[in-house]
Amino acid sequence: MTDTLVYLYAVADAADAQDHAISGVEGAPVRRVVADGLAAVVSSVDAERFGEEALRRSLEDLQWLEKVARSHHEVVASLARSGPVAPVRMATVYLDDQNVRALLHDRASALHRALDRVRGRSEWGVKAYAVPAPEADDRDEADGAKPGTSYLMRRRSERDRAAGGLRAAVEAADAVHRVISDLADATRRYEPQDPRLSGRREQMVLNAAYLVDEAGAAAVRRLVEDRDVPELRLELTGPWAPYSFATLEEP
Amino acid sequence: MTVVADRDVALVDLLDRLLAGGVVISGDITISLAEVDLVHVSLRALISSVQTLVEP
Repeated sequence: MTDTLVYLYAVADAADAQDHAISGVEGAPVRRVVADGLAAVVSSVDAERFGEEALRRSLEDLQWLEKVARSHHEVVASLARSGPVAPVRMATVYLDDQNVRALLHDRASALHRALDRVRGRSEWGVKAYAVPAPEADDRDEADGAKPGTSYLMRRRSERDRAAGGLRAAVEAADAVHRVISDLADATRRYEPQDPRLSGRREQMVLNAAYLVDEAGAAAVRRLVEDRDVPELRLELTGPWAPYSFATLEEP
Repeated sequence: MTVVADRDVALVDLLDRLLAGGVVISGDITISLAEVDLVHVSLRALISSVQTLVEP
């Protein structure tokens, strides 16, 4: 029984993924395992902390999770700067290099196809938040003789206005998504983030990722910058390594 | 419009991609955590931590 396991970050073309002087999870040096023209980028991790049971427990520890996520991301982002890369889902761990080599060999054609699909392309994220409509000034309509009734009426119209505003924002976000999708080679929608996680009070109505080439990236940027949608506040993140698109199945 | 620099990537955006995206390989793998489980676990951790921060 060994006391280390092998943590896999990403797969790249063997010709591209030269040795990087970067460290990965828990500061361990990153190295390559090569087979079939592919390079698996890995580092050794402590078997006790990355064994299946320990890993499940550790993922509940937010600080630990964040450290691993940032290390994983740094390695993948650095690889993505030198060529196409297929990032592997976080916390994918193998027993040893021999198993990683076998994986490259067994899945070689699917991995090569995935790398070809994302070659010269990057991923951009677009999020849209619903902008609350300005408050209507309907105090003039208040009926002085029936203050209770007019209060209830105001409350109801306030509620209807909020629901209508959100509906309009969802529709506007769908329209934005359709326009950007036309510029993209592939798209993927994620669940809108919980306001407690996004740290915003406005409701998120679009959380999407787009795979684009360089011209597409410029177009998406322009579109997000220039598009004047009063119902929405748009936010762009990227370029990301193609986390959402380098899958082993055709999208 | 905001373009977020690499350094400042929000953890929640990172988890969207690192946990829900990325190549999933099964077979010889020694540890494979189901997609839904993993996202669920991490989001639960995140939410409870945010709550701890908000309600000391």
